[in-house]
Amino acid sequence: MTKLTISPVTRIEGHLKIDVDIEGGKVVDAKSTGTMFRGFEIILKGRDPRDASQITQRICGVCPTAHGTASVRCLDNAFKVKPPTNGRIIRNLIFGSDYLMSHILHFYHLVALDYVKGPDTEPFIPRYEGDYRLDPKTNKVAVEQYIKALDIRQKCHQLMALFGGKAPIAYGLIVGGAPQIATLDKIVSFQWRLKEIKDFIDGTYLPTVYLVAGAYKDLFGVGAGCKNLISFGVFPLDDEEKTFLLKPGTYTQGKDLPLDQTEIREYVKYSWYQDKTTGLHPSKGMTEPEFDKKDAYSWVKAPRYRELPHEAGPFARMWVTNPVLSKHANKFLGIDEKKEIRFRDLGDKAFSILGRIAARAEEAKLVADAMEKWILQLKPGAPSNVQAEIPKEAMGFGLTEAPRGAVGHWISIKDQKIDNYQVVAATIWNASPRDDKGLLGPIEQALIGTPVKDIKNPFNVVRVVRSFDP
Amino acid sequence: MPISRRQFLKVFAGTGVAVTMSGSLLPEIVSALEKAAAGNPPVLWIQGEGCTGCSVSLLNTTHPTIAEVLLKIISLKFHQTVMAASGQKAYDYLWQSAAKNYGKYFLVTEGSIGTAFGGRCCLSGEREGKEVAFTDLTMYLGKGAAAVLALGQCGLGGIPGAQPNPTGVKSVRDFFKDAGIKTPVINIPGCPPHPDWVVGTIAHALMLGIPELDSDGRPTMFYGTLVHDNCPYRSYYDEKKFAKFFGDEGCRVELGCKGPESHADCWKRGWNNNVNWCVHNSLCLGCTEPGWPDNFSPMYVKTTG
Repeated sequence: MTKLTISPVTRIEGHLKIDVDIEGGKVVDAKSTGTMFRGFEIILKGRDPRDASQITQRICGVCPTAHGTASVRCLDNAFKVKPPTNGRIIRNLIFGSDYLMSHILHFYHLVALDYVKGPDTEPFIPRYEGDYRLDPKTNKVAVEQYIKALDIRQKCHQLMALFGGKAPIAYGLIVGGAPQIATLDKIVSFQWRLKEIKDFIDGTYLPTVYLVAGAYKDLFGVGAGCKNLISFGVFPLDDEEKTFLLKPGTYTQGKDLPLDQTEIREYVKYSWYQDKTTGLHPSKGMTEPEFDKKDAYSWVKAPRYRELPHEAGPFARMWVTNPVLSKHANKFLGIDEKKEIRFRDLGDKAFSILGRIAARAEEAKLVADAMEKWILQLKPGAPSNVQAEIPKEAMGFGLTEAPRGAVGHWISIKDQKIDNYQVVAATIWNASPRDDKGLLGPIEQALIGTPVKDIKNPFNVVRVVRSFDP
Repeated sequence: MPISRRQFLKVFAGTGVAVTMSGSLLPEIVSALEKAAAGNPPVLWIQGEGCTGCSVSLLNTTHPTIAEVLLKIISLKFHQTVMAASGQKAYDYLWQSAAKNYGKYFLVTEGSIGTAFGGRCCLSGEREGKEVAFTDLTMYLGKGAAAVLALGQCGLGGIPGAQPNPTGVKSVRDFFKDAGIKTPVINIPGCPPHPDWVVGTIAHALMLGIPELDSDGRPTMFYGTLVHDNCPYRSYYDEKKFAKFFGDEGCRVELGCKGPESHADCWKRGWNNNVNWCVHNSLCLGCTEPGWPDNFSPMYVKTTG
């Protein structure tokens, strides 16, 4: 048996270490370790509840609007307000822009270099050597697209800033709606900028994903994971916020179930937190660090749904929502373009490294197409927020989906101040360590069985980890 | 062609309202910058208790583009969000590059330095089978750097350093002072900082040396003006016309705008290729100031002006 440590895992947001045991050319055991603790939940205590929507955005600079959205939904819930139509749509447009940025960044700048050989210059060298399978011409096109995608992703942030104020970190998300008023010039500017990005997704990003996938077809059979999926739902389509573009729900032990947030628990037996805080629902959650705890190996807690690990992310959302796919998918699968195929038609292939990458690209198109409709639903000059008074005492929660998966915020307010605030973020689901029963986290499970041909260049290990966009 | 400080400031710091570096990056400046960067000075970019937001913000640079910055202006030896290598290969390269260029490289720190838990609140990687705390890494690399760019509000302490400071965060300057490290530190605060502030400071360091800094270690060319004194909504303030809710016309001070205490040039530079900025959207939160967020909280309550 060989032991392999990857620390730091690069091309992700944050600090992650992966340990794997390899036997007979395959991973037989895996540990995922979050190596950073900042204590946001402790810092939030005692503050003005409204400040949470700004403070929590700094949890993740790649998906700040995910925390911003979860937070304002949490505050809406606690303050008992709902945004007006324009406010709801503006929130969707800010968040949607960041989705497109994040998905494009993930494919081109975070994962592509595991499949495409970059130029022989820093930061593209050093690198793992060996398993690059694209022919020189295709590889060259992919490298050119890496540069082009840098430009498109910053344009996604221009789009986000139109209603968000700036990017990254949006100022345009507040309790009760959005501060920016939709003016005609902003609407038109948004439309034109979105068009260029939409064309890139449909004309470049999606076809390239399937082109690269064609050269690595075996990776549709690697990295299946726990096969339980969770989606909190995202992009509310009506002002009551009952229907969503990407639906809430879970796929648990092969069954489709409605989402019930009361079924979430966080376990800490293997995390650097005091054992007395294990098994709590986030509304009563506690964050009490204990960095030298025996057997613990991560700063990440282990959230479980109905006592089971669940994978979150675009793959989970696409599986739960099961939308019609792009014509690029038909072409790739060799199915007549007139025939509608849905995500679940991918079957077992979807539970894989490439299934996750394809889900993300297909979702980018779905979101961009929807945004094009939403921008036209804005009424120029109409109010985008309602007045919201801080309640003396209240509880609330806000659920949404970060580009990388389910994120929930839970608040309890006393004397108009934050008494407790708990966050369960996307990568907390995916990169979690073992729970109290010893069940492995989703990334850990996905690593088991992964073939590793060359221990010095363990491509497939990092491919599995990065497919989750941690 | 040598560039004078005067010419540099004209281009990078802008001279009028709504000037971005973008609009006026003259070809001469570009070629002088490329020449100054010949031999591509090595940059080591390390991440502590941060969120990667500073890196994402730098990726938003428009003129020069990020591709130009990475391929023509600097030689980025280590940056864990963008580099191809993983794990040992990446981490060994960081240490090798530092040893090879000791005394010559620029060190960029992103994220706070947490000193609690014996440094275990942030582990930077593994070297020869042993975990290396971010504190130890920063100390070693800090000593050997020509200069340190402390990016973001985290360089001053940041949100991880906000009360009750659960991980014992110190500002980069204090951390160095306590460790007896004398390497010059340039603070580029903001949560995140504007990409022009980062690129402009690097360009100044390459062409003209360390720029003039204020008492908080910030380049005066970017942080030398008060948002409130230059705000397009200033006339409302003078007329005492105050916005009462978001979307209302008027000065935003009553809604909690921290412009009267914030030093930055967002008022003329704008954000994201100048499509918008904080005060036009809602308000200034004061993210470039020492003591943020605690001294500027609550955010949506009038505390100044």
